[in-house]
Amino acid sequence: MKKYVKGIKDDIMTFLLLLPAVFVCLPIILLVTGSVMGNGELKQYLSPVFSDGMEFISWKIVPNYPTFENYGKLLFLTPQFFVLFWNSIKMVGCILAGQLIVGVPAAWAFAVYKVKGSRLLFVLYVVLMLLPFQVTMLSSYLVLNRLGLLNTQQAVILPAVFSTFPVFLSYGGFRTIPMQLFEAARIDGAGEFTIFRKIGLPLGKSGLLSAMVLGFLEYWNMMEQPMAFLEEKALWPLSLYLPEITWAQAGYAFGASIITLIPAVFVFVWGQDYLEQGIIFSGLKE
Amino acid sequence: MKTHKFQFKRNKMRGAFFLFMAPSFLGILLFVLLPFLDVFKRSFTTAVTGEFNGIQNYKTIFTNQAFVLAVKNTFRFTIVCIPLLVIVGLMIAMPLSRLKSAGMVKSLYLFPLAMPTATIVIVWKMFFYKQGFLNLFLTRLGELTGLWGEIHTDYLGSSAAFWVLVFSYVWKNTGYTVVLWLAGILGIPNEMLEAAKVDGASEWQSFFKIILPNLKGSLYTIVILSFLNSFKIYREAYLVAGAYPEQDIYLLQHLFNNWFVNLDFDKMAAAAVCVGGFLFIVIMLLQHMWDSRE
Repeated sequence: MKKYVKGIKDDIMTFLLLLPAVFVCLPIILLVTGSVMGNGELKQYLSPVFSDGMEFISWKIVPNYPTFENYGKLLFLTPQFFVLFWNSIKMVGCILAGQLIVGVPAAWAFAVYKVKGSRLLFVLYVVLMLLPFQVTMLSSYLVLNRLGLLNTQQAVILPAVFSTFPVFLSYGGFRTIPMQLFEAARIDGAGEFTIFRKIGLPLGKSGLLSAMVLGFLEYWNMMEQPMAFLEEKALWPLSLYLPEITWAQAGYAFGASIITLIPAVFVFVWGQDYLEQGIIFSGLKE
Repeated sequence: MKTHKFQFKRNKMRGAFFLFMAPSFLGILLFVLLPFLDVFKRSFTTAVTGEFNGIQNYKTIFTNQAFVLAVKNTFRFTIVCIPLLVIVGLMIAMPLSRLKSAGMVKSLYLFPLAMPTATIVIVWKMFFYKQGFLNLFLTRLGELTGLWGEIHTDYLGSSAAFWVLVFSYVWKNTGYTVVLWLAGILGIPNEMLEAAKVDGASEWQSFFKIILPNLKGSLYTIVILSFLNSFKIYREAYLVAGAYPEQDIYLLQHLFNNWFVNLDFDKMAAAAVCVGGFLFIVIMLLQHMWDSRE
């Protein structure tokens, strides 16, 4: 009997927690339905928003005339959309690859070699991780200007490669490996680089992958950096272009939003465990 | 002989550390540290001619109305948002920690983290415009209860915009916070809670006497990371209201961006030094609190 009551209590609790959770995800439902609505229907529902009347916005969860015309237009009639999509992929890809090459060894150094001064350096990395973009905006601009990289995509990629956030996350992963393993390998005559490659990377990959997952979501959503350093719109990532679409092209905006969302959702679903792991690592202190 | 060997090992360790560290550190030196020194130097010179002018730039920004307003708003936003997020997260994480089927619920709360800001802005506009869903809902509620008439507040163009930002911040970051709280709660040894139960402690007692004190470490983490994420609210603010929004949501981020666009590098340098220095002190203080706890 008691167990039964507990079962019901659990169900109620689940329901109570699920309710706001569903509410949290409401926006995505709006986006999906909006993207399969025809332009006429969209205009009818949305016109109160951009005309100055007293009437309210309205909506249908199932459109009267579902259509894929928005997607069709986007995919077949707007080549610049592909350019922007490709820009996003390219920049995010380069940033993540760079972070792997640069940040992961640094994380390894912090996790394995306790030398004089490494603690101090670690504190510096933590502080840099926590500084918002606005504080370092001018300094980034100055150096990019001197290197002649302004208004090229490298201006967005390079500073991000040296972000210390992935260092911190990968560090969390490496810390889960028992130190004795390295000692044993050293006694067997393995060099430091071999230990990194053969023991560190395979066993510490959870930190590395979580850095990649969190990094993807962050840079796919990047706005401040391209806004500051890329003048030419043809170089922009999707995340910066989307808001430029006006109400008059609402259908187009919904479709573009969904397409922008797809890679993020894919990474989210595939990497959720790493995402959670990464969040937990981001909270670790040494 | 022994010390010699030890010496050798220490040297080898140091060598390996520097080798693995080098690419990252050199990059940071080139892209962050050295240019920041340059910024520091510039904060004492004029923007155009580069002449030394002492602390004039600092005087200018502290008497600059926009700067004072932006600092005030950013403070207000942080002070409101972080406690709110911390409490909301804990309120969800506590019951969630006892559920077996927590996974799906957790995913739903985490999902906003994956949604790019640009895709969500159109939805916020549909909710918060004068003729949007929120007013529609409130008006219908008023009709139903007979307590008020039609509501046509313009949430994005009035001081309510601040609360729209607070809402979208909490919406986006709740999942992050819940995951961190959950990790903390599940890290508390079960025996402790069992023992308290045997001793006759009520649920509330064990919450306040055992769970909360054990979560101090998580709290520091959550506060720091929430703070880090709070600066990213600029994306929402900018996309919803542009570069010169309603004055209640004119944040430091707007100001920096506008100075950047107008090439006001002297003010920007001074402000970057001030904000950077302030954050540095806050982080160090938090770290110190954290260390002394252990």
